[in-house]
Amino acid sequence: MTKTTTSKMTSPKIKIAGVLLVLFALGLPMIWPWLKTPMVVATSFGIAALGVSILIRSGQLSFGHAMFSCAAGYAVAFTARAMPELDSAVLILLGTAFGAVMGMVIGLFVVRYRAIFFGMLNLALSMVLFSILGKFYSLTGGTDGIRLARPTFFGVRMERDGFETTLLVVAVVLAVALAWGVQRYMMSIAGQALTAVKTNETRLEYVGLSANRALWIGYVISAALCGLSGAMFALMQGLVTPEMGYWVRSGEIVFISILGGVGHPVGAFLGALVFEFVKLYSAALFTGAWQMVLGFVLIGLVFFVPTGLSGLLFRKEPK
Amino acid sequence: MSQSLLKTTGLQLAFGGLVVADNINFELHPGERLAVIGQNGAGKTTFINICTGFIRPSGGTVSFDGRDITRLSPRAIVQRGIGRSFQLPQLFLEHTVRECIQLAAAGRTGRLRIWTPLDRAIPATEVDHILELVGLRARADELCSLLPEGQRKLLDIAMALVLQPKLLIMDEPTSGVSTDEKHGLMAIIMRVLDEQKITSIFVEHDVDIVTQYATRVAAWISGRIAADGPPQEVLANPEIRRNVIGE
Repeated sequence: MTKTTTSKMTSPKIKIAGVLLVLFALGLPMIWPWLKTPMVVATSFGIAALGVSILIRSGQLSFGHAMFSCAAGYAVAFTARAMPELDSAVLILLGTAFGAVMGMVIGLFVVRYRAIFFGMLNLALSMVLFSILGKFYSLTGGTDGIRLARPTFFGVRMERDGFETTLLVVAVVLAVALAWGVQRYMMSIAGQALTAVKTNETRLEYVGLSANRALWIGYVISAALCGLSGAMFALMQGLVTPEMGYWVRSGEIVFISILGGVGHPVGAFLGALVFEFVKLYSAALFTGAWQMVLGFVLIGLVFFVPTGLSGLLFRKEPK
Repeated sequence: MSQSLLKTTGLQLAFGGLVVADNINFELHPGERLAVIGQNGAGKTTFINICTGFIRPSGGTVSFDGRDITRLSPRAIVQRGIGRSFQLPQLFLEHTVRECIQLAAAGRTGRLRIWTPLDRAIPATEVDHILELVGLRARADELCSLLPEGQRKLLDIAMALVLQPKLLIMDEPTSGVSTDEKHGLMAIIMRVLDEQKITSIFVEHDVDIVTQYATRVAAWISGRIAADGPPQEVLANPEIRRNVIGE
């Protein structure tokens, strides 16, 4: 049995899956325009799941990463309210940068911990943010959140339909670029050191590489991706609420990562798409019990496809 | 005699009531191949752990190449030129043999570059050379978790060697390896050490291996060095034969 990481990057099945995902995400909303919103939401969740899957590859699970999406969403809302002339593209960049900076600061503290402590610390911090946003009503709007007026996109003021179409195209283009970028990062020295944190931290230190620093870099990238996701989500919804940072949302991001598989960035988007549509249809068909449907999907996945949906693409044919 | 490469002065450490380092004063000079012998619990691995920053002593100092390294982290010590292999090979089990070497080579600079592919951390010819030296070139693209114990030991040592250390410390390089394979394994290791002119310390229980490959032996008893000198002299010492070799 042999394995090289480069073989994963060039797998034709992955390329086909990636192209199909792009066609699916851009094509279907052209036929059924109501699909634009779920597609943007799915892509946004996929970007957040891409970030969380980076950490899973280092053996660490964060149950609090929605805090970066939420904080970035609020950063976008506050900025848009203070400077209504700012363009959506600038706001997306701002949200991403805010997530990254927040990740840099929080990362300094949490990357010293591993396993359950890492997961719980992230959860605790996200719940602190959730509480602050809910309690400071005069500043944050409390549980009602903050509304955003629709900003321009690339300098053009658009109606809702045009804005959503543009956001969808931007989201898909960003998703492709980020999937490539994250894969490139995972193949790099820092990315491979990050995966080595999972298997042997002691050895990593004894070859002169810092396990904490490798994890910090991964943490900052994952926070930036969640920030980007939160900024897009905020622009799509035109509203930010503390719910964006609730622990259930963090759990959903982890769910998507596991559903799609963390072996390749395509998995995050595959997982997000399946998650969003299972949720959409099960909410319509089994109102009040859609969580149960998602639960069964996860149980089935753990039993039959433990490597996630993208794992199916790597499965070797029996000789 | 030349300036010492590694020097410990008054090293002290105890775990509860068990003294594992009892005022250890020790010097190692460039070019030496030191075998550390002693019964289980005598303090051999603790000595290695102190010298490589894994454990901090409660008293005393360790200096390497004239600089104090007592309080440095393992990473900082590795970057100063001490390589280490382990009793249980410490590998990156989800990586291939080649990737393990590449990742180890990335440690030469200690920089975690986020855009430089791992295979550019070290020229491919250099990876092939080091794998050729330790006899693992044919298995370069296999997951290291699939290697047998002897080859895992060699890869563990190769990962330390690729850092181009001045001193290589090996904790029981032949443990877990069959008696037939031990001499072959040590012959490979010593050939590489000679070729790269690396000073070495190895912990070993097999007297034949010690006699054949060490230029100097230090025998540990209850956290102290009971005898230190040429192999013939130390191994002929009645106290060592009784308390360490078990005759």
